[in-house]
Amino acid sequence: MTVTSVHVPAPARSGFSAGEYITCLTGIVWREGLRFLHQRERFISALVRPLVWLFIFAAGFRQVLGISIIPPYETYILYEVYIAPGLMAMIQLFNGMQSSLSMVYDREMGNMRTLLVSPLPRGYLLFCKLLAGTAVSVLQVYAFLAIAWFWDITPPPMGYLTVLPALILSGLMLGALGMLISSGIKQLENFAGVMNFVIFPMFFASSALYPLWRVEEGSPWLAYLCEANPFTHAVELTRFALYGKMNWVSLAVVAGCTAVFMIGAIIAYDPSRGLVRRGPGGEA
Amino acid sequence: MTTQNAPALDSTGSASQPAPDQVPALSVAGVSHSYGARKALNDVSFAVRPASFTALLGLNGAGKSTLFSLITRLFAVQTGDIGIFGHDIGRTPGEALRLLGVVFQPRTLDLDLSLTQNLLYHAALHGISRREARARSEELLAQIGLADRARNKVRDLSGGQMRRLEIARALLHRPRLLLLDEATVGLDVKARADIVEHVRQLVTEQGIGVLWATHLFDEIAATDDLVVLHQGRVLARGPVPQVIADTGASDVNAAFARLTTQASAARSSEP
Repeated sequence: MTVTSVHVPAPARSGFSAGEYITCLTGIVWREGLRFLHQRERFISALVRPLVWLFIFAAGFRQVLGISIIPPYETYILYEVYIAPGLMAMIQLFNGMQSSLSMVYDREMGNMRTLLVSPLPRGYLLFCKLLAGTAVSVLQVYAFLAIAWFWDITPPPMGYLTVLPALILSGLMLGALGMLISSGIKQLENFAGVMNFVIFPMFFASSALYPLWRVEEGSPWLAYLCEANPFTHAVELTRFALYGKMNWVSLAVVAGCTAVFMIGAIIAYDPSRGLVRRGPGGEA
Repeated sequence: MTTQNAPALDSTGSASQPAPDQVPALSVAGVSHSYGARKALNDVSFAVRPASFTALLGLNGAGKSTLFSLITRLFAVQTGDIGIFGHDIGRTPGEALRLLGVVFQPRTLDLDLSLTQNLLYHAALHGISRREARARSEELLAQIGLADRARNKVRDLSGGQMRRLEIARALLHRPRLLLLDEATVGLDVKARADIVEHVRQLVTEQGIGVLWATHLFDEIAATDDLVVLHQGRVLARGPVPQVIADTGASDVNAAFARLTTQASAARSSEP
């Protein structure tokens, strides 16, 4: 092993250029994309879950649940068409929770250390990481839409484009929420608890599977709860955007929640916590 | 016992006007750190000179990894100051971390990515353009003898090759200070010797300051600076011959034994 070249170290500069910020962002997204491509099982399992809901659950409930004409739809629709945006949001919900939990777990395992010793601001690095996780979830959603097209879920062609900003925003919100929640988790095994106490309640107490007017008929207080659920607004933002329309209330709620969750997540994400948990017996 | 004074940092996070060649690569001044009630570091002070090899010697649990986590800003400094070429890690972390390369004790490579992809990712985290990153990656892989495996997955490498790749990665952004935390753990004798020789060449040929954390005496040379860390306290610091002479021992191993025995005796006699 030989070292042949001698370089004169560059003096330290203060601050970072826009190019450096962009290079860092694209590098983190690129790496997340590469990892995603290398993990085909993760890709397939992420698709199977919504497809099971679409092919089995929706087919079974098609005759039970009738959907009246509600915005953004301009005519009667099949139940499969109604729940498709909810399943798109579900992909992002699971992806956001899983990727955020791995970020917290990685504090101990080492991969996040590489990221965190970058000289760029830590808040920006975590934002890039969340954006990278969102990019992966958006890829999963488009793969789902491609398969769903063969199941007669055919939004207008422009909808595939107009839904993209909605997916990015809702993906960021759910990823930031996942990071905020995961920061308080002590062990990876506790993800089952996250499933039971966060993911399932958020999913079922939303407009993903049934319109809120139907919920209100059965239980007004549950309808209020659903309306207060940020996931409901992620679903509705996605639903409207998929048909080239805007739901301003949902946009405001999702944007506001994204900002709040993001700030909370950056504050809550303390890399020293994972290391401290090794306790006095560990090599500190 | 010889001491290396760690210069105080002013309110802007910069060292107070020493000549450029006198600014230490790393200054640790009065650093203490606790995990709840347990004190992991207690008033730790030392400095690493530019273009020098400083061995941080301590047993498992001495506080080496905690110290590394503080220097790399993974932990927030609770008490004391840490400066890298005069830039305070708490106040101006960006400037400080630009000058720092790190090899952590646990492997931090992405096993499913290729050697080049790992290096390009690290370069991106430092804002280095893709074109420049490719050129530097090729140069570094050639230097560590892994150019022909650039496209291989990292998981196909041996333990020694992975460590060499991690060192190359830590050098990619051209730091002036390199931290290595137990970099030879788990390697065979030949791979260990190669890594130590490689890092010493970085000091002599590239002028990089090195802080080498270890618990292995045979990795310390007579020309090194030495910091002995035991139960969170610095027991001795200075050139190796000086530390040995001050303890009246015959070698580093015996000096370390005397220092730790004395420290343990002093601790047990404390009320």
